[in-house]
Amino acid sequence: MSALALSGAAPSAASASETASSSGRGTPLLALERISLSFKGIRAVNEIGFEVARGEICALIGPNGAGKSSLLNVVSGVYRPESGAIVFDGQRRSHVEPAWAARQGISRTFQNIALFKGMSVEDNLLTGTTLTTRASFLEHALGLPRARSDERRQRAEVAEVLGLIGLTDHRSAPVGKLPYGLQKRVELGRALAARPRLLLLDEPFAGMSASEKQEMAELVLSVNTRLGTTILLIEHDMGLVMDLSDHVVVLDYGRKIADGAPDVVCRDSAVIDAYLGVDHTSSSGGVPGSARATSSAASAPGAALEVA
Amino acid sequence: MQFFFEVLIGGLLAGVMYSMVAIGFVLIFKASGVFNFAQGAMVLFSALTYVSLVERDLSPWLALPITLATMLLLGVLIERVVLRRLVNRSPMTLFMATLGLSFIIEGASQALWGAQVHGLELGVPDLPIEISGVFISQFDLFAAATAAVMVAALSLVANRTRLGIALRAVADDPLAALSLGISLPRVWGAVWAIAGVVALVAGLLWGARTGVQFSLSLVVLKALPVLIIGGFTSINGTIVAGLIVGASEKLAEVYVGSLMGGGIEGWFPYVLALGFLVVRPTGLFGEASVERV
Repeated sequence: MSALALSGAAPSAASASETASSSGRGTPLLALERISLSFKGIRAVNEIGFEVARGEICALIGPNGAGKSSLLNVVSGVYRPESGAIVFDGQRRSHVEPAWAARQGISRTFQNIALFKGMSVEDNLLTGTTLTTRASFLEHALGLPRARSDERRQRAEVAEVLGLIGLTDHRSAPVGKLPYGLQKRVELGRALAARPRLLLLDEPFAGMSASEKQEMAELVLSVNTRLGTTILLIEHDMGLVMDLSDHVVVLDYGRKIADGAPDVVCRDSAVIDAYLGVDHTSSSGGVPGSARATSSAASAPGAALEVA
Repeated sequence: MQFFFEVLIGGLLAGVMYSMVAIGFVLIFKASGVFNFAQGAMVLFSALTYVSLVERDLSPWLALPITLATMLLLGVLIERVVLRRLVNRSPMTLFMATLGLSFIIEGASQALWGAQVHGLELGVPDLPIEISGVFISQFDLFAAATAAVMVAALSLVANRTRLGIALRAVADDPLAALSLGISLPRVWGAVWAIAGVVALVAGLLWGARTGVQFSLSLVVLKALPVLIIGGFTSINGTIVAGLIVGASEKLAEVYVGSLMGGGIEGWFPYVLALGFLVVRPTGLFGEASVERV
């Protein structure tokens, strides 16, 4: 069933990745440049910059409070950074408005599921197709032909996504009644219904059982490989991150401490310190080390490490 | 016993009239977290506009669409000129803004249409008809049927149209709705326009019942206990609560009021509402909390 839906989606996805590559092969889809953000005087994000290449899965990892969600919120327009720039598909912005992000094809999920709980699975997904509406508000109110064709097309797209996330049988269920793992899928589906160019996933595997994680990881991978969607995700599970991502960015206390291919990053001493902890007597010696990692990563952003 | 049923049914039908006012509040509160105190003034303004047009020898069939268009415009205008600029302000600020609006709308109504009292005839006689020995007001039945049609239409809009889906999305989670490219101002504008239409329906029925006069804007105070009991976010809740308030105030007036020298109908609903605030502050159907972004 889902294979059928996928093959239906494949042509448009192929053409999408084609136009993406023609518009700028080599230039990253998303680049963050020296982004800083504070909350009540606390620096949540400190001059962080990294790039997300077209078609890759990039994972943003780091301990709690490292600034991962804040960065994602900067990209989707929830937060306005104090300094720095966001470059999406060659367009540089000092900050992003949520509506602009949505129009550019940036879709997201939230750390705590942010579904419309009273609505059915299908209606939740339909909200994702909002920006593909062509007919005006008045045409929709009066049910004119263009509005009806919108409706048909959007329902068909939603049916396709339902197949992809494997929830066709649950389409009329109220989303609040579904188990947690399925709700996570619906949220992913809602983001996918917008046909995003960049998908931001804020802890897509949080709170899941091992088997649910496995299924979700397969889903994320198939979205990336079959639909060609570029994905930036936040995850704590190092094993999953290593398996899933092409590129890993590690944050700690609002700074970037490593940036590169997963196998390189997981051997980085600063990363090991941040994840396993350093005892406080030696941490003063550890600071220059992490500073070094930051500067080296900044001078050779991702690409060099990926080639290696 | 027959008398009891007459009081009960009369009360239930009166309750429907309260619900109709309360529904306007719920729509706006659900979609934008604004407690719109000006809903009563909108009720008054719509009734006054309609009746004044008819008194200027306009056919009701022309006066009705003109009033309807005026109310749609008024709703959109309020959202655009006032509330869009107050996004993310405290609920108290928003409440004060709508309180101010209610006086401005009343003042403008008076400037525009004068201050005299008008009678409003909808062509439905307020005569009782007998149904198995119980006398029921025809007008009340007509009002209840109108309310039922209105609620059905609202539910159709909410569940079957793209606007309705966007509306419910914004009510559930404005941040997520925003991230999908749903335009909050557009949805709010639509909700205010719909609330304007709801005010028109309530205004015509209340105006026909009590006469079109400035005290009409005080129906807000009748809607308040209904909102507290039903919960501020549920249309179904306001209907059930309206029925409870209507039936209980009439029964209390007749059976308890006679022991106390009468006049308890006016304040009895508030006793109920205070009871609910103490025991069940979210109302019968209300959501536990409304999170704002």
